[in-house]
Amino acid sequence: MNLFDYVRPASVAEAIAAASEPGAAYLAAGTNLLDLMKGGMSRPMRLVDLSRLPGLDRIDHLPDGSVRIGALVRNADLAHDAAFARSYPAIAEALLSGASPQLRNAATVGGNLLQRTRCAYFYDVASACNKRQPGAGCDARGGENRLHAVLGWSEACIATHPSDFCVPLVALDAVVEIEGSSGRREMALEALHRLPGDTPHRESALAPGDLIVALRLPSEARAFAPHARYLKLRERTSYAFALVSAAAAFHIEDGAIGAARLALGGVAAKPWRARAAEAVLAGARPGDEVFRRAAEAALADARPSGDNAFKIELARRVVRRALALAAAGTPARVPALPASPFSSAPGAIHGV
Amino acid sequence: MASEIRLVPSSGHVRHGSNIGQPLTRRDGILKVTGAARYAADNSPAGLLYAVLAVSSIARGRVTFLDVPAAKRHPSVVEVMTPAHKPPLAQDPDAKTNPFMFRLDLLQSDQVRYAHQPIAVVIAETLEAATEGAALLAPHYETLPARVGLDDGESFVPPAVGVGSPAVEAHGRVEPALARASRRIEATYETPAQYHNPMEPHAIVAVWEGDTLSIDTPSQGLIMARDRIAGLFGIAPAKIHIRSPFLGGGFGSKGLISGPQILGIMAARLVGRPVKLVLRREQMYGPVGHRAPTRQTLRLGLDGAGKLTAIDHHVKTASSSFDDFFEPAAGVSHTLYASPAIATSYDAVRLDTGTPLFMRAPGEAPGSIALESAIDEAAAACGMDPLAFRLKNYTETEPMSGKPFSSKALRECYAQGAERFGWSRRPRAPRQMRDERGFLVGWGLGTATFPALMFEAEARAVLRSDGSGAMEIGAHDMGQGAWTALAQIAADGLGLELERVEFRSGTSDLPDGGIAGGSAHTATAGMAIHNAGAAVIAKLAALAMGDERSPLFGAGNAGVVARGGRLFRRDDEERSESYADILVRAGLGEIDARGKGATDPAAQSAYAMHAHGAVFAEVKIDPDLCQMRVTRVVGAFAAGRIINPQLVRSQLLGGMVWGVSFALQEQAVIDARSGRTLNANLAEYHVPVNADVPSLEALTVEEHDPHVNALGIKGVGEIGITGSAAAVANAVWHATGIRVRRFPIRIEDLMIAD
Ligand SMILES: Cc1cc2nc3c(=O)[nH]c(=O)nc-3n(C[C@H](O)[C@H](O)[C@H](O)COP(=O)(O)OP(=O)(O)OC[C@H]3O[C@@H](n4cnc5c(N)ncnc54)[C@H](O)[C@@H]3O)c2cc1C
Ligand code: SF4
Repeated sequence: MNLFDYVRPASVAEAIAAASEPGAAYLAAGTNLLDLMKGGMSRPMRLVDLSRLPGLDRIDHLPDGSVRIGALVRNADLAHDAAFARSYPAIAEALLSGASPQLRNAATVGGNLLQRTRCAYFYDVASACNKRQPGAGCDARGGENRLHAVLGWSEACIATHPSDFCVPLVALDAVVEIEGSSGRREMALEALHRLPGDTPHRESALAPGDLIVALRLPSEARAFAPHARYLKLRERTSYAFALVSAAAAFHIEDGAIGAARLALGGVAAKPWRARAAEAVLAGARPGDEVFRRAAEAALADARPSGDNAFKIELARRVVRRALALAAAGTPARVPALPASPFSSAPGAIHGV
Repeated sequence: MASEIRLVPSSGHVRHGSNIGQPLTRRDGILKVTGAARYAADNSPAGLLYAVLAVSSIARGRVTFLDVPAAKRHPSVVEVMTPAHKPPLAQDPDAKTNPFMFRLDLLQSDQVRYAHQPIAVVIAETLEAATEGAALLAPHYETLPARVGLDDGESFVPPAVGVGSPAVEAHGRVEPALARASRRIEATYETPAQYHNPMEPHAIVAVWEGDTLSIDTPSQGLIMARDRIAGLFGIAPAKIHIRSPFLGGGFGSKGLISGPQILGIMAARLVGRPVKLVLRREQMYGPVGHRAPTRQTLRLGLDGAGKLTAIDHHVKTASSSFDDFFEPAAGVSHTLYASPAIATSYDAVRLDTGTPLFMRAPGEAPGSIALESAIDEAAAACGMDPLAFRLKNYTETEPMSGKPFSSKALRECYAQGAERFGWSRRPRAPRQMRDERGFLVGWGLGTATFPALMFEAEARAVLRSDGSGAMEIGAHDMGQGAWTALAQIAADGLGLELERVEFRSGTSDLPDGGIAGGSAHTATAGMAIHNAGAAVIAKLAALAMGDERSPLFGAGNAGVVARGGRLFRRDDEERSESYADILVRAGLGEIDARGKGATDPAAQSAYAMHAHGAVFAEVKIDPDLCQMRVTRVVGAFAAGRIINPQLVRSQLLGGMVWGVSFALQEQAVIDARSGRTLNANLAEYHVPVNADVPSLEALTVEEHDPHVNALGIKGVGEIGITGSAAAVANAVWHATGIRVRRFPIRIEDLMIAD
């Protein structure tokens, strides 16, 4: 690990000032960043430690029905906040399906949003990677790319964003609050992550020094609580990143879908909101046929980026199942195997 | 004196059972769960420096440049060890004088033979500085194309497989038998490269004082390690002291001392200070061994009644470009099923990887997943239940050698396992079972087998005039519980309560405990302990029986029996005397004796010796999403005498989890262009988590084996993997009707169009 400055700011303003220097990086729990530093993938000159910043670790249920989550709230604390889990069950389920209990106890909300890809070539400094080193090339093309993107990828980069948390968040129109050198602004989470295009190293819409201070879920998002699920396919029952995941949520009125929300994970460089599929679903009666059409719509633009054509079909199936689960209703509590197909019956109703 | 020793025959001096056979919990358990157990890397002697390996990022070629000045400019870097700057060795690391000697990479040249090969060692005041120093070396290479897959390079017939087994063997004539067979099965199975991944990485703390060397390092073979070090550094073995009280797992990768451990010793020599070197996880994917990939073709011939008439098992595997270890995967076909014709053969390629090595159940693990899958395919082809098919082809003699088995309770394993599992309710056809939630359910069976081996070991037994005893043996506890099981044998061997026995183990100054491998450690070290106990009891008995003042005087032909710290006349147990009284009267503070454990060549040539088992697995599979989960595994194993049922159960369960892992998860993902392993970390090199195997049961089936050794021990460390992997694979077929022949089985393998 290179020598670097370590700064422990006492306020948000100090943090932003300290991080506006070139080569500075925010350190939250470090479960991603420190691994990257140890491997030499990331070599910041200055670490600005957020962990002691006051006021960023609160979950506020606001009078207008929205909820505001401080950037330093731990993943586990958020998932286990009873009021939060009641209002946003798919988000709690997604959080609890991620990583391991130890990691969730440490990892922060802000860090989860901005975690880097798990592309093995990104992690292997001897490999060419446009994301790590612009213009170097992409060794994932023509390499081991079974797990890579099927949507929104470019010739320059085929990596995926690995977060589970972000998938239901983007489905539910979460907003990030940002403080930067030019003051405070907010942005839809959907706009935070960028598709690779020709500049895969530019992963987010943040400017140097920009600090995510909070995440907000609008009050309308609560209305989806009775029909909201997250489903995550993975290569073992727990403690694995998603091959493909989906968050699905409905308003169901008089047996018909009033509004539908759908987002996919593990398929693109950002959490993938499937608006075309939502349009297919809106107004329809929930059922296999419309779920199938929605799945087709969600993956209409998908193309394999390598040895991963199976992910397209798998994603369709995951979408159909997630929709069926959401239609069947949110279980009374997060299942013992969160987001696992094994926590729920294929196609069958399960308990609310 | 000689006649008295005969009066106390080596297997009859005690009545086993007061300690042996008890389900004692690990004696070192508290130390381990409280963190008080001191593993090698926990040692930090005064003046310690930290060494970090710089490893190659190419798989084949040459290092052309290392920026040594840049590393040295780092304020805390003390030394950089390179091919051009290193202490001399007394022996070429590429020399090979016995089959257990493997070539090591000790910076002998600028050549690179595999990715993650050590190319330099940076030694610094702190771990962080050494790590950064290693990064600063920023090597340049001349790169040659890497040979990565089983089709890369020319194949050849290896001179031998495993340790000295022939690469071509036959019994009967397979080709005519296949030609005549009324039914033939031919299938090819592929298994990937796998890495041992013990929790504890290879680590060493080395301290030189003049030409004496003191080492803390995990070892499954202390004396072999000591002698290898002695040879390399040209010092007498007696000058080397290795402490290895605990290992955080080894699985074979710590059987022989590895290159990086030697580099730690060289680093300490170079700087003249104590040095600690601990491998990073990804550095364990290269210089410390692995299980080579295999591609196995099974051809089975069957008669009209479902009897095997031919088994042909061909294995294609790989070794490194510079040394020989060929995964002996066809060995299982020599022993498991009756067949008038059996042939096994190998071919191999040389790849730009580290040299493969023994990894838990070497040969048997990949071999049995292939053979037992093929057997399952054969049963299905014959329309027979897989268990009935196996019973039809059951063999009472080892088919390849024609020898009778020293014991073989496999029928009982099948019966007890099937009963416990509920096998009789299994529908024969695949894709017939669903659970109440709609998941596909499949049941599979695999037969487990592993040879009952023994190596050589020695122990020293002591009896003291305070009534206590000691047993000394340089044995190894890799986590399997040797500290406990061997102490139980020691206590019985000395006729003492366990609390009265000081069990000393895990250092190289003790008598040679042999190698903890081949599932042979309990048998080998146990027999040495048992015989040392017998020898010291014989000495004690001689003292008593020859002393008029002893109630045992003149016990003569009747002999004595040792129990609870007393000797009893065998023909009159009213007459007894305590060890302490005997020794005090003789004016002796303590007496000692040595004993050895080794194979009995006569028994070896007369009998085939194997442990056996039957593993039954249930998988559930989402019919649409194809995610798999092993919901239930029942294994029934017969492995001779069980020294400690609790520890044995743990070994078997651990082995069965490895089997699940083999079938569904484990694999090194290697970039075909660079030869680098892309998932060289514990997050992405998948092994099962608890949620993957919700119910596991290991039954032990009673088996008395009078031939393997006097204690009747066969060994349980590896057999759990064999059978289990195939049971899971066969269950996946039974659930889906899809036969996947490439492991691990993946979701997309089961995604049929809907
Ligand atoms: C073994 C393993 C398995 C995992 N499995 C999963 C999984 O299954 N699903 C899943 O979703 N995740 C998984 N993760 C990822 C995990 O969720 C992230 O590592 C974690 O959420 C990152 O949070 P952190 O607080 O540790 O962030 P850090 O590592 O501290 O930071 C991550 C990045 O975010 C930036 N950052 C942090 N906070 C802010 C802020 N407030 N404003 C601006 N920038 C900020 C940092 O500069 C850095 O670039 C896994 C991680 C590991 C190591
Ligand atoms: S896919 Fe993206 S992250 Fe992976 S190697 Fe290519 S450029 Fe780098």
